[in-house]
Amino acid sequence: MPRRAPQGTQAVQRALALLRSFTPEAPEHRLSDLAASHGLHPSTAHRLLGVLEAEGLIGRSPDSQAYRWLPGAPGAGDAVPSTRRNGLRPLEPLRTPFHRRTAELCESDAWRDWSGYTCVETYEPTPEREYWAVRNAAGLIDVSPLFKYEITGADAERLLDRVMTRDFSKSRTGRVMYTSWCNEEGHLLQDGNVQRLAGERFLVSAAEPCLRWFEDCGRGMDVEVRDVSEEIGVLALQGPRARAVAEAATTGIDFGAMRYFDLAAGEVGPGAGGGPVTVTRTGYTGDLGYEFWVAAGHAEALWDALVEAGRDHGLLPAGLLALDMVRVEAGLVLIDVDYVSAAHAEIEVLKVTPAEAGLGFTVKLDKEADFVGRRALELELDRGPAWAVVGLEVDWFELERLWSEIDLRPQVVGQPACREPTPVFAPGGWQVGQCTSRFFSPLLKKYLGLATVHADAAALGAELDVEVAVGYGRRRARARVVRRPFFNPARKTAVDPMPGVDE
Amino acid sequence: MTDAIVVGAGHNGLVAAAYLARAGLDVVVLESSPEIGGATRSEEAFPGFRFSVFSYLVSLLRPEIIHELDLVRHGLFLVPTASTLNPLPGGDCLFREADPQRTYRHIARHSRRDAEALFEYKIEMRRMGHLMYRLQRAAPDELAAAIGDRVAESAEHLDVEVSAEVADIARYFLDLPPARLRSFVQMLTMSSADFLGQWFESDVLKAALSSSSIIGSMLSPRTPGSAYVLLHHYMGEIDGVYREWGFQKGGTGAVAATIARAAQSHGAEIRTHSPVARVLVREGRTAGVVLANGDELRAGVVLSSAAPQISLGQLLDPEDVPGGAALVERAARWQSGGCAGKVNLAISGLPRFECMPEPGPHLSGGITIAPGLDYVDRAYDDAKYGGFSERPFIDMIIPSVLDPDMAPPGKHVLSCFVQYAPYELAAGPWDDSQREALGDAVVRTLAEYAPGIEDQILHRQVLVPPDIEAIAGIPGGNIFHGELRLSQLFLLRPDPAAAAFRTPLPGYYLCGSSTQFGGGISGGPARLAALRVLDDLRTADTAGGGGGETH
Ligand SMILES: Cc1cc2nc3c(=O)[nH]c(=O)nc-3n(C[C@H](O)[C@H](O)[C@H](O)COP(=O)(O)OP(=O)(O)OC[C@H]3O[C@@H](n4cnc5c(N)ncnc54)[C@H](O)[C@@H]3O)c2cc1C
Repeated sequence: MPRRAPQGTQAVQRALALLRSFTPEAPEHRLSDLAASHGLHPSTAHRLLGVLEAEGLIGRSPDSQAYRWLPGAPGAGDAVPSTRRNGLRPLEPLRTPFHRRTAELCESDAWRDWSGYTCVETYEPTPEREYWAVRNAAGLIDVSPLFKYEITGADAERLLDRVMTRDFSKSRTGRVMYTSWCNEEGHLLQDGNVQRLAGERFLVSAAEPCLRWFEDCGRGMDVEVRDVSEEIGVLALQGPRARAVAEAATTGIDFGAMRYFDLAAGEVGPGAGGGPVTVTRTGYTGDLGYEFWVAAGHAEALWDALVEAGRDHGLLPAGLLALDMVRVEAGLVLIDVDYVSAAHAEIEVLKVTPAEAGLGFTVKLDKEADFVGRRALELELDRGPAWAVVGLEVDWFELERLWSEIDLRPQVVGQPACREPTPVFAPGGWQVGQCTSRFFSPLLKKYLGLATVHADAAALGAELDVEVAVGYGRRRARARVVRRPFFNPARKTAVDPMPGVDE
Repeated sequence: MTDAIVVGAGHNGLVAAAYLARAGLDVVVLESSPEIGGATRSEEAFPGFRFSVFSYLVSLLRPEIIHELDLVRHGLFLVPTASTLNPLPGGDCLFREADPQRTYRHIARHSRRDAEALFEYKIEMRRMGHLMYRLQRAAPDELAAAIGDRVAESAEHLDVEVSAEVADIARYFLDLPPARLRSFVQMLTMSSADFLGQWFESDVLKAALSSSSIIGSMLSPRTPGSAYVLLHHYMGEIDGVYREWGFQKGGTGAVAATIARAAQSHGAEIRTHSPVARVLVREGRTAGVVLANGDELRAGVVLSSAAPQISLGQLLDPEDVPGGAALVERAARWQSGGCAGKVNLAISGLPRFECMPEPGPHLSGGITIAPGLDYVDRAYDDAKYGGFSERPFIDMIIPSVLDPDMAPPGKHVLSCFVQYAPYELAAGPWDDSQREALGDAVVRTLAEYAPGIEDQILHRQVLVPPDIEAIAGIPGGNIFHGELRLSQLFLLRPDPAAAAFRTPLPGYYLCGSSTQFGGGISGGPARLAALRVLDDLRTADTAGGGGGETH
């Protein structure tokens, strides 16, 4: 239960928050900046900073224009490494190029590891506002931890056509392709986006490292694969107001002409000079949205421009919890949550083909090039996939029925998406699969699940039982197989999307 | 009335005693030295400083033994060592942590491809470890029979009864995907450097991973066969997680003490200062043992956990068994020269590694000096020609960081496992000056990576293979009771005539590290041996008694 802070503690909390802004990486701050970033009146900030200074916890810059971090002062952000980190390691903590910005805003102090990066789970103590911002205005999500590989050389297209299940002979400069890639057995390794930046220059984004795989598949080809993961920052701007914000934050891009999965190059900021940025009309939210790919050195300028432009559109930075909620509504599968990469599966039964992971649409058996896994996938075509990913929906009355057994209204709202797999049964019968992501959507007012089930149990409209927690108990709830995405607004793909579409 | 005598109170002898006593037998364990534990002993070598004298980490110990003997209740307490640090020249290092993301980044500094490959390598090796786990759950004769049955589709040609579990293992083995079978054959035959070379490009990572392929073995990572030693270590696990290692609180001697308590709780009796001279034979059957002082102790069943040179070469009178002379002759040729030493140090403070000078998680993990394949190969070359390594391979832990009871507050003990130090030196027998020269080489080597360590040393204990022989009673001082190589595995372990724990002398069994499962603190050989004994007793019982003095 949330506790009200007793009188007087607010000042302490604010002072501590101010103190934490001073870190070895960000040692100096001006009064006006601090007041703004902490949402304080300048006079309040001045008073609190004065106390901190008098107590010897912070200092003044030589020209006394700014407040300054004091090495060794207790309490300051990261200023006490020896006790906190318990010694040194040869690795610095891995931070995205937006970290200084996200850290400043992360009130909850809820961080999560993503591929070794420290990422914001929620900025506020609960993810609700961030979730609604994505669906109702715009959310800004730091997705920099994706692995990124630049593929260049005369054979760049040939390599991608060989590795990927999509037909890259059809890829065009200025377009992005979503694709799967498999091992020789046709088992899914990963899914990801491939940008065609120029004739023979591509950028692959992936959840897991795959440099070695691409290099090995390209042996003998005139192609270079370069890991640029740490050089590029990525921000996802998602939600109905995304276009308006994107337009105001960049120069040189015709957003009206940008179709779903287009890419365009422009400059950061309303005036030129903010540095180059690549924008793709892509995202992991099922909403209207763009992703911004920027050299690490220009990352903060990009963040600032988007936040500034978003001020009038209700933009909020959104953390990974909100992202996970909207991606379930979008019905998008997540590697190592909804399917296990064949590179990570220790036993055979965990490996799946793209079709079995719900990604059959990315496999183009009619393409000309031979690609890794083709033969196995052709055989699957005759046999049919053994598994299917389905969208499951538990309706409101079913939830009411289950919760009324323990004399409560359904207690389902306000919980982040859950990734712990639970069994899925034929109605009243045997287990036919597992539900790997689930969440009560306050937008759709249904309990949603992504599940992998035997192919013959996967027909649209079929009924299945899912295990749900009801109080301390576990009950079977009747669910229906429905079409994915659960939420699919027209604005996501609309040509020349304008505010008001779908609203 | 004693039902069974166990020769040797190393951890295997104690495991055998515990299983037999637990089954209701009257068991006596006879240990020649004043202490139990064999190669697992620990001692307070200097006031306040406890050394895990020889062995130092636990991973191979079978979970089924932990649970069947209720070892946690008897004192098992394993502190995990979650990382491995390989210091490199010039203040660089290769660090592998529990967190895969961080490990990826550490290795990516040397090779991104290898960082990626390590992930898949680990999965493959977990499968290989799992295969070994299965194969090692069966006595080799049963396993061979079961595999033979399946291959020949006939149950008759091998006269061994096969349990459902063993049949299952055979099926598992024969149904292995071809790629995995290939890995298995590779691991039985290849050098670890070549095996690892199939996965990795960076020398530092190959050297780091090859450490487990030379431990206790007179092999270089470039010697064919070393990949098997690697595999042997990959079947280790803690709580189902392969490749985990733990430090037993108090040192590995406490593992033996724990098993001893379990055995005693079932009524087993353990006698130290009791060297066994030979097995007593009456009417072609085991009748007990004769002690070195001439005392006799009668029992229808005797198990020996000593190395084969003792168990088959000394305790058995060749006249007593068919083919005895040849058997003794083969035991003498069993490959088991020692090649490893141990340098235990008491130090005044924590070592400061140039790569990571401050205290940190790296000090509670393994720290290995193996900065490159050439380095290890050269260390091996020294020994090949009868010297000890001038710049040795060192596998180190800091027990006092894992368990504060090992040293006075603020002070520490270092456990350095050192290779190569051959049993026989070309320059003549090991004497104190040779020992100290090895000790100096170790300290000099450590100081290259942890400058100043030479000034922190308060006490030093240097042990070489002849010391292992003298103290732990292992002829040659080989840590595994014999080299782990294909010619000494499965049905050849430790002798074709004694490969299934039984020897040609009815009632006389082997249960030490040289039998199926092999060396290391595993208890695996002894458990299988004890189960075999119990099985044989049951069979004899139902057959109306085969002559053994059993009940
Ligand atoms: C330096 C060193 C480091 C090691 N490090 C590790 C490690 O970190 N992790 C690991 O898992 N393993 C390690 N090992 C290997 C492991 O310790 C041994 O494989 C294992 O302890 C052997 O157990 P055992 O019971 O089979 O034989 P032993 O421990 O050798 O016990 C045999 C016992 O039989 C007694 N004995 C012999 N002859 C007679 C006789 N005639 N009469 C009565 N008693 C007799 C001996 O005195 C001895 O006590 C190491 C070994 C050494 C030497």
